[in-house]
Amino acid sequence: MNESPVLRLDGVHKSYALGTPAELEVLHGIDLTLDRGEFTALIGPSGSGKSTLLNVMGLLDRPTTGEVWIAGAASARLDEAQRTQLRGRTIGFVFQYHYLLPEFTALENVMMPMMAAHGRPDRAMRETAGGLLAEVGLADRAHHKANDLSGGQQQRVAIARALAMSPALVLADEPSGNLDTQSADAVFDLLRKVNEVQKTTFLIVTHDPRLARRCDRIIELVDGRIVNDRPNVREMHQADALDQTPSGYASGNPEGSRAANGVTAFVPSNRTHSSNCAGSTARK
Amino acid sequence: MSRLFGFEWIAALRFMREGMTQTLLIVVGVTLGVAVITFMSALLTGLQQNLFRRTLEYQAQIVVLPPEDVSRPLRGDASSQATPIVQPRTQKLRSVDQWQRVRDEIAGMRGVTAIAPVVSGPGLVLRGEANKAVSITGMEPDSYLRVVNLRAKIVLGTAELTGSDIVIGTELAKDLGATIGDKLRVTTASGAAQVLQVVGLFDFGNKGVNERNVYVALRVAQSLLDLAGGVSSLEVNVSDPFAAEDAAQAIAARTSLDADSWIRTNQQFFSAIAAQSLSNTVIRFFVALTAALGIASVLVVSVVQKSREIGILRAMGTSRGQVLRLFLIEGALMGLVGSLCGSVLGFVFLNFWRGLARNADGTPMFIVDFEPKLFVYAAVGATLVGTLAAVVPARRAARLDPAIAIRG
Repeated sequence: MNESPVLRLDGVHKSYALGTPAELEVLHGIDLTLDRGEFTALIGPSGSGKSTLLNVMGLLDRPTTGEVWIAGAASARLDEAQRTQLRGRTIGFVFQYHYLLPEFTALENVMMPMMAAHGRPDRAMRETAGGLLAEVGLADRAHHKANDLSGGQQQRVAIARALAMSPALVLADEPSGNLDTQSADAVFDLLRKVNEVQKTTFLIVTHDPRLARRCDRIIELVDGRIVNDRPNVREMHQADALDQTPSGYASGNPEGSRAANGVTAFVPSNRTHSSNCAGSTARK
Repeated sequence: MSRLFGFEWIAALRFMREGMTQTLLIVVGVTLGVAVITFMSALLTGLQQNLFRRTLEYQAQIVVLPPEDVSRPLRGDASSQATPIVQPRTQKLRSVDQWQRVRDEIAGMRGVTAIAPVVSGPGLVLRGEANKAVSITGMEPDSYLRVVNLRAKIVLGTAELTGSDIVIGTELAKDLGATIGDKLRVTTASGAAQVLQVVGLFDFGNKGVNERNVYVALRVAQSLLDLAGGVSSLEVNVSDPFAAEDAAQAIAARTSLDADSWIRTNQQFFSAIAAQSLSNTVIRFFVALTAALGIASVLVVSVVQKSREIGILRAMGTSRGQVLRLFLIEGALMGLVGSLCGSVLGFVFLNFWRGLARNADGTPMFIVDFEPKLFVYAAVGATLVGTLAAVVPARRAARLDPAIAIRG
């Protein structure tokens, strides 16, 4: 069975201020493939183009030349509405500054992608969102306004939100960048668990070499070029750092995600939020 | 249903609630604007209708008359010249030719609500030593009372006259010392005379009318004015008094009779009312424009403030259309809520005003009409204005590039 990679970049260039004297090429031909279940770190100095690359991968930005394949679909020819739909259903985002909508409660923030896709909130959405919040250990904070939560809690809500549509790919831009070490570890462990249980592909931009070493693969970007792309032998991570996470997730087998890779057929992005709900033991 | 009251509504309401200060400020602005519009409109409408009623209550909107007699100089062969001076003809009272047929034809025209045959002419009323010149109107109560609401102006007796009855004004009654049941002798220039019994007194609130108009049965007027079987005019009302001139021209074209509308006969009054309406429209327009600009500026600021959130929403799969609708809904809701509050405020203010502005005798100086329609129009109008005002900011929000918006 020939499975399409979750993400493939073919010769992606990205320039800003095209055709003006200030023209600046930020990405100089990126080729990259992410398979299902990969847990990858993207590292590099400031200004190396990490965020631009992430935006291009996440269909938030179009490459100047080159092609972005998401779950086997070429994105260049899609119009804005189709890109939005593909993005909403296939890709989850976690930003450095969590970016929850302060007008809404934690639960509503998690429901947001589902509401955007399906309209009116219904019970199934609430249950799915509630289940996700329970997984990130915030069941009791579900009805707090986003601004009433601590930084670590907000970031966990943002992760739950990124997972709401059961995306094949989660792009995280320094998800623990503004958290203290303990919260950062908890957030990172949470991402790892989701990756192991749901085989979700993760690409995590990080400055923290300690966290990068805990990923399966490290891609290093310098001045808009990939200078290093190597598998990483992971350190064993500590299960006790996850004190707030319920026991629904088994402590991960480090090779689990690898073993599944390429064997299981790629589950397309049309999985609904309810099927996601049924798939998790933590929510029962 | 999920499309109608889905995500966009929830987000719009939440955004408005969170930016409560801004929302309240602009809603108050719209409220004041709508209050001013409803107050002014109700006041002006009341004022106009008042003037209007007073003008139209003792006359029909359109009077259809036989064409005037004209002199037609005879011309001989080509060598003879036209007479340079043509003496105008005297106008004798003539009947509308085949008036029953003409009446039926006009009654069938669009917009005509009532038509009545009338015989009118000058006469003299005598009682004892008193005599007064009057304008006699002979009519059939069945049709005429639908054109001129004489019944509502009767202060004593009845307007339903028959046989040898006469209805006179309060002023004339005073001058003649006559009241209900008294007999008056009515004569005309032709020498005809009849003794008629007073059955009703009317008061149109206009001294001239109260002094000069007398109403008698159609047949009585026909014999007094020597117009047996004929009528001197047909009086017509149409559904829209302001369209009376157009209707009059249509009637004139159709029947080749003369048709005078109240608009032509009260030119000055009508142009005053038209000028008032125009200035009201201008004021409405500018108040609506101010409200629209207020809503637009609040939303523009809101779009700038929320650009990062909009970027997040877009990243999470919210479509451009949804973002666009979100802001349009905000504008529409601000307009709607403002107009509802404004209607209430306008209503309260009108009541207050009505109690405040009184004539010396204690009657309200302004007769204010509360038209529920006005409030419905204000609500619909303000909602539309709000939606339109939101178009520019909403388009801006929808066009935001999510990558740039998130980066801030």
